[in-house]
Amino acid sequence: MLTQRIQLLRKQSLEARACLSPERALLVTEFYKNNITDEMSVPVIRAKCFEYILKNKQLCINNGELIVGERGPALKAVPTYPEVSLHSPEDLEILNSREKVSYKVDEDTKRVYRETIIPFWTGKSQRERLMKGMSQEWLEAYKTGIFTEFQEQRAPGHTVLGDKIYKKGMLQIINDIQQQIEVVKQQNLSFSGLYSDRLEELRAMEIAANALIMYAGRHADLLEVMAEKETDAVRKAELVQMAEICRRVPANAPQTLHEALQYYWFVHVGVITESNPWDSFNPGRLDQHLLPFYRRDLAEGRITGEKARELLQAFWIKFNNHPAPPKVGVTALESNTYTDFCLINLGGVKADGSDAVNEMTYLLLDVIEEMRLLQPGSMIQVSKKNPDAFVRRALKIIRTGFGQPSVFNTDAIIQELLRQGKDIMDARKGGASGCVETGAFGTECYILTGYFNLARILEITLNNGIDPLTGKGVGIQTGNPVDFQSFDEVLFALEKQIRYFADIKIEGNRYIEELFVTHLPVPFLSLLIDDCIEKGMDYNAGGARYNTSYIQGVGLGSLTDSLTAIKYHVFDNKNITMNDFLSALRDNFESWPEFRHQLLYLTPKYGNDDDYADEQACSVFEMFYAAIDGRPTYRDGYFRVNLLPTTCHVYFGSVTGALPDGRQAFQPLSEGISPVQGADHRGPTAVIRSAARIDHIRTGGTLLNQKFSPSFFDGNESLEKLTALIRGYFKLDGHHIQFNVVSADTLKDAQEHPEKYRDLIVRVAGYSDYFNDLGRDLQDEIIRRTENG
Amino acid sequence: MTVLTNSVVSILSIPIITQKSLSNHQISFVVLVFDIRRFSVHDGPGIRTTIFLKGCPLHCLWCHNPESRQTVPEKYTRKNRVGNRVFEVEEQIGKYWNTDSLMKEILRDGPFFEESGGGVTFSGGEPLMQAGPLKEILRECRKQGVHTAVDTCGFAPEKDFREVAALCDLFLFDLKYADPAKHLEYTGVSNDIILSNLYSLKYQTASLIIRIPIIPSVNDGQENLDNSIEILNKLKDKIIQVDLLPYHTLGNHKYTDIYPESEKAEFPLLEVNILNHWMLTLIKEGFVVTSGG
Repeated sequence: MLTQRIQLLRKQSLEARACLSPERALLVTEFYKNNITDEMSVPVIRAKCFEYILKNKQLCINNGELIVGERGPALKAVPTYPEVSLHSPEDLEILNSREKVSYKVDEDTKRVYRETIIPFWTGKSQRERLMKGMSQEWLEAYKTGIFTEFQEQRAPGHTVLGDKIYKKGMLQIINDIQQQIEVVKQQNLSFSGLYSDRLEELRAMEIAANALIMYAGRHADLLEVMAEKETDAVRKAELVQMAEICRRVPANAPQTLHEALQYYWFVHVGVITESNPWDSFNPGRLDQHLLPFYRRDLAEGRITGEKARELLQAFWIKFNNHPAPPKVGVTALESNTYTDFCLINLGGVKADGSDAVNEMTYLLLDVIEEMRLLQPGSMIQVSKKNPDAFVRRALKIIRTGFGQPSVFNTDAIIQELLRQGKDIMDARKGGASGCVETGAFGTECYILTGYFNLARILEITLNNGIDPLTGKGVGIQTGNPVDFQSFDEVLFALEKQIRYFADIKIEGNRYIEELFVTHLPVPFLSLLIDDCIEKGMDYNAGGARYNTSYIQGVGLGSLTDSLTAIKYHVFDNKNITMNDFLSALRDNFESWPEFRHQLLYLTPKYGNDDDYADEQACSVFEMFYAAIDGRPTYRDGYFRVNLLPTTCHVYFGSVTGALPDGRQAFQPLSEGISPVQGADHRGPTAVIRSAARIDHIRTGGTLLNQKFSPSFFDGNESLEKLTALIRGYFKLDGHHIQFNVVSADTLKDAQEHPEKYRDLIVRVAGYSDYFNDLGRDLQDEIIRRTENG
Repeated sequence: MTVLTNSVVSILSIPIITQKSLSNHQISFVVLVFDIRRFSVHDGPGIRTTIFLKGCPLHCLWCHNPESRQTVPEKYTRKNRVGNRVFEVEEQIGKYWNTDSLMKEILRDGPFFEESGGGVTFSGGEPLMQAGPLKEILRECRKQGVHTAVDTCGFAPEKDFREVAALCDLFLFDLKYADPAKHLEYTGVSNDIILSNLYSLKYQTASLIIRIPIIPSVNDGQENLDNSIEILNKLKDKIIQVDLLPYHTLGNHKYTDIYPESEKAEFPLLEVNILNHWMLTLIKEGFVVTSGG
């Protein structure tokens, strides 16, 4: 039962409409116009800009709040970052009027943009710099949907905090910086690293650290004024206490649960105000970080279990108050959501390798269940050392059908991190963030750099380097497929084409990384991630202990099934010539319905534990991996692969023509490492066995979705069996699995389009079956039941 | 372009017995299977693979697996929809597997059996109708540590039954009707052999779960309940659980789809209070009871 306060806060958050606030853009513009001198280094400019925003932004303390600090002047008032990417008047119109995921833009904001922000930033934003610096090949591949670029509108981010802030206040961090400045001075190193001057970087960090203390102090001042005026004695006392907390943290290390949460929240607002780092900055292993404070508060009688729960719920709402900054153009298509992919990690193992599940884990699972908010997202890390009861508790939330928490394999994550060269203790302190991406929390800068359309590259390979949709040459000539004598020649041509586009992507990435080092360092974020201070080097420049750049492959299932179809029909069974097959593709199968039927129903498909089909998943993975893994980044790190789509499989599908697996042009591609939608029909264990054929340990994350009807989760026995299913997948080194509980609408769609839902399992009177295999009457009955359930 | 007529999903294709596989295993049996379901979660403990063996000596009027009865493969026209078009594909119900290939198929879900305490269930049809290959596979499962369950109606020669009982870990034993005459009337055979096989399990190591299909207006009355309890009480210490299986219409579409010419007897759906009465009575007698199974 939610307290009245939480009900109010939740309602405020849910009812507020996302709107675009010009506040930050205006402050940044004022600062760049009036406060920059020639002597200032870039890191110092960025730190002073950060300080200027925190000093001048309007504060917002919402009714009944326990944790304070909003990025905008009001809740869900989303700032923009014109120094990174500049919205045009048209963009603002679209954001305001589009049907889904809209951001209200009032006339005042549009005017400010027209008169002040656009004139100042045109030609100076990072996005324009970036696009100007890209090669012709890069631009062509980008435009034709072969890859996307994350840093085109946002800054490199995607990191997760470790335990540093729970141990050190900003004053201690400043002390560390000053000591480091002395060390650098003694070493007489004026220049080091790549492009940043160490001393300037350290000075910038110091400014940023002080800025956060100042920002908290402003909240304390305001809270004291509010307390003064407050007539309700209980709230008055709360406000006084909150003011005291804001005086203590972030200046000092937190002593209580409330201080720990408030400290984190100031840091969170700081990171997402300094820049707009892509995705997911979040506290990471929250159950580990908060446990000591919770235990101490309980032992010393400072808090009750119920009070702690309320505090955590109030904290949860803060995430939901912060929709993702709005994107534009292609990026808006590929990732059209308010969520900014914060992913709270629960469970897993401690740094010493022992079971990390504790009472705070279960308390946070309660909070997730009770709050049912879009943000923050949550996941459980499941190690072989964690108890089944923990998994079952999470499954009880999953079965309610709100898509959280997702389930990750801690033991695989640790192996992935170790393979990438991380220390075992750092690896155990890591987890997954964003969708599924592996990282060492608090010690790693790992950035996603863009999705890579594997299926589209096959399309171009089958056209000897030509994009069949435009007739233009985008790839390299790898031979006319009609002349291929064996299936190996198909694979060889594809491999060359993947390599070609990977080279273009990687070259572009290196340049973009350099741009961020030169123009947009992040001294505040650098305070938080080890070893930026010790190295005197910015997070964006390689200051973190580990540096990784990910390229995310999309369409594994679609490409696998396409290759299998070519092998099966053209080479192994000679059912069709390559020439006819290519004609059918050009024709979008319009005049080839029988052949398309064969492709859809009578061809081996990935996801059925069929060695013939799954073999190609391995080929695809190895090609992609070989083209990318281990290649050096600009920041002295390495490129790695992961296999996840967010929603990019829809965008990539919309630019990709008909594929040999029978998919017609412009339909979505398969997502993550899941089989093509509806291609699997032998149940979840077969899907899992197929998915486990690729080597997850050599990725930085894979995504597997499984659909179930809600009734499948009935009773404790089914929870035990699902737990075993998860354990089985993880024993095979699977990285992640997510259970989607399907709605009645989906079932109705399945009745109309059975070919898309061959994988859908429903539970009938104590019995489970494929939905497609049921008679119409029974289907109707299950739909009715799902609607009522 | 060749038009494919058979179901060609490679895992379901008929394993061919070669000279080589014969020489590796002196006795390699062939078994007729009409379906294999993985992640089967209602046919015994844990996550299981259920192998449905084709052929059944009984003809229960309420049978929901009509394709399980005949002991030979049958033709069936599957209708696949692509957009608005329907394509008909000739499929075969029932494929011959050699025991080696079947064993490989079973072991594919080994990791899940281990995690869940599951294994393989042989169902049917009546698996004991193919007792030779069944024994061969059970022996191999035992060798490889796979838990086995046999879902049987109990109608099998005493020798086969005894040998299978010695090789499997669990029986899912159907008790369709306690009264021999009624049993004959509704299933086509009397239950004297069945009961004698059932009682013989008292001295076997395999565990025993009794499954009672409750068919409204057929065997759901008080008399059958009392008589069934009398039978069950003779094996009281042996029976680990009683599953009550209320009649369902899940299989009805198979009659219209696969056997459009045949007629299926219609029964009303079971009333909840009757099911509850059975459950409570059996629980009072000291049995562990589930329903739905």
